[in-house]
Amino acid sequence: MSKSEQQQARTIDRVNTTLAQRYGRERRFRRFGFFAVVLGLAFVGVMFLSIIGKGYSAFQQTRILLDIEFTESVIDPSGERDPAVLSSANYSALIKNSLRALYPEVKDRKEKRELYGIVSNGAALILRAKVMADPTLLGSQAQLWLPADDDIDMLVKGYIDRTVVQSERRVKDNVIAWIEKLESEQKIGKFFNTTFLTGGDSREPELAGIGGAVMGSLYTLIVTLLLSFPIGVAAAVYLEEFAPRNRWTDLVEVNINNLAAVPSIVFGLLGLAVFINFFGLPRSAPLVGGMVLTLMTLPTIIIASRAALKAVPPSIREAALGVGASKMQTVFHHVLPLSMPGMLTGTIIGMAQALGETAPLLMIGMVAFIVDIPGSAMDPATVLPVQIFLWADSPERAFLEKTSAAIMVLLGFLIVMNVLAVILRKRFERRW
Amino acid sequence: MTNTLLILILLGLMALAYHLGVRRSQKLVGGPGGVRGLHSLPSYYGFFTALWCGLPALIMLLLWVSLQGSVIRDLIVSDLPEAVRNLPEARLGLVINDIQNLAQGNIVSGEVSPEMAQAAEHYKSLLRTSYAASFVVILSLAIAGLSLGWRLISPQFRARNRVESVLKWLLIGCSTIAIFTTLGIVLSVLFESIRFFGQIPITEFLFGLEWSPQMAIREDQVGSSGAFGVIPLFVGTLLIALIAMLVAVPIGLMSAIYLSEYAGSHFRAYAKPLLEILAGIPTVVYGFFAALTVAPFIRDNGELLGLDVSSESALAAGLVMGIMIIPFISSLSDDVINAVPQTMRDASLGIGATHSETVKKVILPAALPGIVGGILLAVSRAIGETMIVVMAAGLSANLTVNPLQSVTTVTVQIVTLLVGDQEFDSPKTLAAFALGLLLFLVTLILNVVALRVVRKYREAYE
Repeated sequence: MSKSEQQQARTIDRVNTTLAQRYGRERRFRRFGFFAVVLGLAFVGVMFLSIIGKGYSAFQQTRILLDIEFTESVIDPSGERDPAVLSSANYSALIKNSLRALYPEVKDRKEKRELYGIVSNGAALILRAKVMADPTLLGSQAQLWLPADDDIDMLVKGYIDRTVVQSERRVKDNVIAWIEKLESEQKIGKFFNTTFLTGGDSREPELAGIGGAVMGSLYTLIVTLLLSFPIGVAAAVYLEEFAPRNRWTDLVEVNINNLAAVPSIVFGLLGLAVFINFFGLPRSAPLVGGMVLTLMTLPTIIIASRAALKAVPPSIREAALGVGASKMQTVFHHVLPLSMPGMLTGTIIGMAQALGETAPLLMIGMVAFIVDIPGSAMDPATVLPVQIFLWADSPERAFLEKTSAAIMVLLGFLIVMNVLAVILRKRFERRW
Repeated sequence: MTNTLLILILLGLMALAYHLGVRRSQKLVGGPGGVRGLHSLPSYYGFFTALWCGLPALIMLLLWVSLQGSVIRDLIVSDLPEAVRNLPEARLGLVINDIQNLAQGNIVSGEVSPEMAQAAEHYKSLLRTSYAASFVVILSLAIAGLSLGWRLISPQFRARNRVESVLKWLLIGCSTIAIFTTLGIVLSVLFESIRFFGQIPITEFLFGLEWSPQMAIREDQVGSSGAFGVIPLFVGTLLIALIAMLVAVPIGLMSAIYLSEYAGSHFRAYAKPLLEILAGIPTVVYGFFAALTVAPFIRDNGELLGLDVSSESALAAGLVMGIMIIPFISSLSDDVINAVPQTMRDASLGIGATHSETVKKVILPAALPGIVGGILLAVSRAIGETMIVVMAAGLSANLTVNPLQSVTTVTVQIVTLLVGDQEFDSPKTLAAFALGLLLFLVTLILNVVALRVVRKYREAYE
């Protein structure tokens, strides 16, 4: 054997001895990578499942079928149908009468109070609205499905274990017996929860809804869109098409990049110090919220718009300039329309960001407990994410369900916006 | 809403001005056929007239609205009795507030004295005068501008150049908003911080080991000494950020490597967008998930192991924050890994390295600066993240590195100090701005360093 052959054999031997080990490492590395991806996807799955699992039942509301007698002597003793009298009458007495008729065996005062508690406080308001709309109801009798109290709601939905010792659950044995009687008579049932989608906030979980928060979010987003889209596009057009390369434009660019990474809560501090304390704008107003979110989303929109402008090939500009258009005409008549889909995509993504933002809005007072549904951008309001934050803090079991359902609605809006952005990009984006 | 009406009238006038401008330019050259004789297209003459009509009036309106409040306030104050005028600033503000509420028919705090009723009447009449005056001044300005613009039109007049230069200044104005925002942030937190450091020495703030921002409001109050040492907050913030990074960096980096180096195009096309869903979920949702799902899970399992876990442990907040940051790390690393030239991979595979050896010994070292930059950006996000920690981390400022205990962070304290009713001069409120300044500076430094690192790396292969 020659010397060089010996050398060769030794090298391949050395490779072969460690080869199995190296392949093993390769497999492990690959599996580790796959595991990381799967783990990431699992987090997505667990989060969605846990939220949907907790929240889907909030779209249903437990109601109790009651025979209500609109007794004239209780509601309108004088018989004049004066709206002021009708509006301030004692409608809960009607419900109490009906419940007493349903359970004649309940005599004890304490027990009676518990019995009245199975129907929501909001039921009297429903009766009032009915009578105010149609005073001829007085004196008649009707069978009505009225919302149950939140504890009863939880019981019927199965979140309260009926087999636990009485002292460890929120609903007492006698109440459960009443509910079981209602269940056997099919006088209790679950209905689609319109209150949740249209109502304002409330301390009573069965009366609380996201309607006010959705309107607040809508006003805030409209303000944000009206301010950030024109300003963002204008800034991007200037920086990309007109700005000379100098220190000033460098400074602007560095600023935009940095603002994109500033924590959102700092924008809230800015809003509090400048808009509210310095300019004296009202607290909790969607107008101020929209202005703060504008400053926050501007970097996103500017960066996306610049990318869209960059994607338009120079030949378009040269052709326009060649037939005698001015620089401004070139940009506004030719470049801008072509880059619009990209800009709109960036704007929608910016709006989705703004819709999910909470922290800066806490700073400018949009966390107040507001029952009324806001009617304009100057009314005090709250937004959907802040409503979620507020409900997440509430101790009632029923609010857990409401919070998850509100999250589902918020995620639904976000998914729609993102899908819209993807469709826009797929349909209108041109590759040059 | 008289101002809305005024703006609507102005817009109508501008439309009219546009129309008049177009008509006049065409008339000057003898009908639409003679457009050739004009310097600019007729529409530019229209825009020119409309700008003359609208711009001065709008600027006037803006000035009016911003000055009206303070001028009226001064007039009201000068008419108040001597005793009221000499009240301290804060009390005087309350009186003015009452007068305004009285004028608008809202509920007033305290009794209504005859002087106040009189002042409210005065306020109302001043407001009415102001509105009437603004109507007259602004509309006459608009009409004057319109006629001036209309008069200036002549066939040789360079309307396009004028309109374009106005437009250009508008664009420049929009692009400077970023600078004004930064300036606004710096100034607003800086001023309040300086006032804070006037009351609490800066060394105590930066190096103090205790944080309990309850100040005694009355002299005889007990148990609220007020300590403003930021160290426990910072340790808590860093602890949570560290846990988040321990979750996010391995998972994010490995999934980026797998997706860009190993995965088939089909798997990648589905897995990548699904993973990026995590980036689009609002932070309040993560906070809810952390507080109501992860924290109880960790506590119950910790009890099984005989560990004493706080129900608001740093671990729960950190874990969930890590999940939030995974897509951030993975998409940044993905970009950097894809930017490594294919020739380097081919060379490494060509001399017999396995795929994983290529990744570990060639691609990762080449991509390292970019990855480090990405991680720094992620750390800056973790430090500034608010909702997760507000909902899942505690309020008590423990100086500890035990992840099972409750810690608090800078952002949590800003939120708790500023949400709800506050008086604006107490060190308690001002402390929030000092914390904001600190947060802004730290994240700014991290961002600048990260962007430098990323940019420097990019130059190497382009």
